[in-house]
Amino acid sequence: MSSTETTTNDVPLIRLEHIDKAYRLGSELQVPVLKDINLEIRSGEYVALTGASGSGKSTLMNILGCLDRPTGGKYFLDGTEVGSASNDVRALIRNRKIGFVFQSFNLLPRTTALDNVIMPLQYTNESLSAKEAKRRGEEMLCRVGLAERMYHHPSQLSGGQQQRVAIARALINNPPVLFADEPTGNLDSKTSVDVMKMFDELHARGITIILVTHSFEVAHYAKRIIQLKDGEIVSGVYGEQESAL
Amino acid sequence: MTISGTITGSIRALSRNPTRALLTMLGIVIGIGAVITMMEIGQGADAAMKQNMESMGVNTLVIMPGAPRVPGGKREQGSAMSLQPEDCNAIRQECTNVSFVAPIVNSSGLQFIFGNQNWTPRQVIGTNDDYFRIRDWEISEGRSFTQREIDRRECVCVVGQTIVKEVFGGSSPVDSTVRIKNVNFKVIGVLEKKGANMMGMDEDDVVIAPWTTIRQRITGLKTGTATNTKSTATTTPGSVYPGEGVAYYPEQAENLATDTLLIPKFTQIDQIMVSAVSPDKVDAASAEITAVLRSAHNLPDEKDNDFHIRNSAAFMETFSETTTQMGNLLLAVALISLIVGGVGIMNIMLVSVTERTREIGLRMAVGASSRDILTQFLVESMILCAIGGIIGIIGGHGAALIVHSWKGWPVLANGGIMAGAFLVSTIVGVVFGFYPAWKASRLDPIEALRYE
Repeated sequence: MSSTETTTNDVPLIRLEHIDKAYRLGSELQVPVLKDINLEIRSGEYVALTGASGSGKSTLMNILGCLDRPTGGKYFLDGTEVGSASNDVRALIRNRKIGFVFQSFNLLPRTTALDNVIMPLQYTNESLSAKEAKRRGEEMLCRVGLAERMYHHPSQLSGGQQQRVAIARALINNPPVLFADEPTGNLDSKTSVDVMKMFDELHARGITIILVTHSFEVAHYAKRIIQLKDGEIVSGVYGEQESAL
Repeated sequence: MTISGTITGSIRALSRNPTRALLTMLGIVIGIGAVITMMEIGQGADAAMKQNMESMGVNTLVIMPGAPRVPGGKREQGSAMSLQPEDCNAIRQECTNVSFVAPIVNSSGLQFIFGNQNWTPRQVIGTNDDYFRIRDWEISEGRSFTQREIDRRECVCVVGQTIVKEVFGGSSPVDSTVRIKNVNFKVIGVLEKKGANMMGMDEDDVVIAPWTTIRQRITGLKTGTATNTKSTATTTPGSVYPGEGVAYYPEQAENLATDTLLIPKFTQIDQIMVSAVSPDKVDAASAEITAVLRSAHNLPDEKDNDFHIRNSAAFMETFSETTTQMGNLLLAVALISLIVGGVGIMNIMLVSVTERTREIGLRMAVGASSRDILTQFLVESMILCAIGGIIGIIGGHGAALIVHSWKGWPVLANGGIMAGAFLVSTIVGVVFGFYPAWKASRLDPIEALRYE
C-alpha cells in the first residue's frame, strides 16, 4: 500500500470541521441529521462508527465517502477540501482514494467475480490494458483467497465469498481508505469472523478502515470506536494519539 | 474511461440479459427490416417503371432539321436539309449518354401491293436496326435487316401486325414479295403488336425498310416546299426511280447564299432518332448532341442551330414526379416505423435504467462520473440499435427476396440504402437512448444504492 506509506502522520487523512447535515422535507421543514461534527482520522487507523439507528452514522459515512455533501462545514481528505468539490472531482476521489464495502455486497449479477473486481478500473483515468487489468484483478482475488473462484458468478458464491469479492473490488485501485457499511450485516456469525479477520489483515498492512456498524461485537475489532447519538459524537472524538496527550 | 472500454462494458452489460436485449432490438429490427423491404420493392418497381417508360419513349430524342430562312420568314420546321448520315456516326461515336442512333427517312401515302391486295400503310419508314431497340419493338417473326442490307440498299422490309392482318389475311408474310411504288420488296420480318400510340394512331400500320433503300429507291430527295422544285438538275433519284417533287440540289435565293452552310446531299435524312442511356440522362444527351452536331455542321458561335432536338418533356415530368412521389411515400413509411422502433428502445431503456438503479449507484460509488454513466447507456442503446439495424437489413433483404420469388415482384438491393439504414438506426439509438441515459446519469448515488 504505497499511497498510505507516503501520507505523513502530521496531516490527518480525514479532518471534519463543523460539519452539519440537514435533510429538507418539503419546502420549509429541515431535519438536522448531523450537528457540528468535528473529527480527525489519521492514516492507518481502524475506526468503527456506531450508534443506534437514526443516529446519523450512515449519513456521516456517506459524507466521508464523498457520496453526499455536507450542508455546512468543511471536509478535508488527504489535505484537500472535498466537501465542495465538483461532482467529477468527487467521482475521481471515490475512484482513487476510497474503497466501499456494502452490507448487501452490490456485486453485478451475471458477471464473473473477476469482472466485478476490475469494474472500477473502467473509471480510472490511467489507461490500463485489458491484460493488465485482468492481472491486477487476479492478484486481488488471490489476496482475498478466491483464486479458485475467479470465473464464478455471484450467484455461485456464498455470502462470505461475495463479500470478499466486494472487498477485492474496493481495493483494486489501492485506496488509502476503506469504508465498510455493515459489512457483516448479511452474513452468519462464522463468516462474519472471517470477514472481520480480513479487515484486521488489511489494517495490519496500513490501510485506514472506517467501519459503520451497530453491533458492538463487530465494533470491537476496531481500534477506535466513535459513537454517535442524535447527530452528535458522544465518544471517540479523539483517537489513541490525541487521548494519549 | 476509454471508448473501447465503454463499448466492451456495454456489450457485457447487454449480454447479461440477452432476451431483453433482443426484445429491445425487435422494434428497430422490424422498423429497419420494413424500410429495407419497402425500399427494395420500391426500387424494383421504380426500375421496372423506368423500363416501361423507356419503352414508351421517355428517353427518346428526335433530332429534326431546322427551319431554313427564306425571304420574308422561316419555312416549316424540318424542311432544311441539314441532317446527314455522318451526323449519326458522329453522335454514335462522341456522345456518351446516347445508347442507340437511328437515321429516319419518312414517307407516307405509298401503296403496298401484294397479289391482288392493295393497301396504303400509314407510314413507310426507312431506318436501321437501332430503330427497333429505341422503340423497344421486338421482331415476332423473321428478322430485322442487317447493316449489309442497308449498305447495299437491298429491298427488304419488316411489316407491322396491321399489314399482316389487312394484306396477308393473317398468314405469315415472311419471304413474300410485295411491291411498293413499283419496287419489289421481300418481307423478311414481322413486328410484334404495339397498338395505338398516344395520339391514337395505329403504330402497327407500318412498313420499315433500310433507310438507304427508302431514300434512294422510293422517295428520292425531299426538298420540302415548291420553292425548291424549280431545279434544273437533270439527274435525280426521282428520275431513276419513280418519285415526285424531288430535286437533287435545291435552288437557293441569292441573298441567302451566305446563310446556308451545307450543300444538301443526296444522302440527306429526315430525322435522327436517338435514345439516351436512361430517362434522367436525356438532358445531358441533348447537350452532347447539340455540341457534336454544331461542330459537325461547322456552325460558328453566332449562328443558331440548324437542327432541333425534341424530347418527351411531358412524359419526363410525369416520370420524375412519379419517382419523387414514390420516394416520399417510402420515406414516410420508413420514418414512421423508425419512430415506433425508437420509442420502443426508449421504453425498454427506461425500464433498464430503473432495473439497474443499484448498479448505477454502485458504479458511481466506485468512481463513475455522470458522464461515464451517460456514455455507457448511450453506447448501450446505440449498440442495440446498430445490431438491430444489421439484423433488420439482413431480414428486410431476405423478406424482399422472398416476395420476389413468391410474387415475382421486381426487387432491387441498394448498398447505399443499406448503409443509410444502418446509420439511421444508430442515430435512432442515440436520439431515443439519450433521455434514459440522461436520467441514469442524474441519479443520486446514495438513493440509487439504497434502491430495492
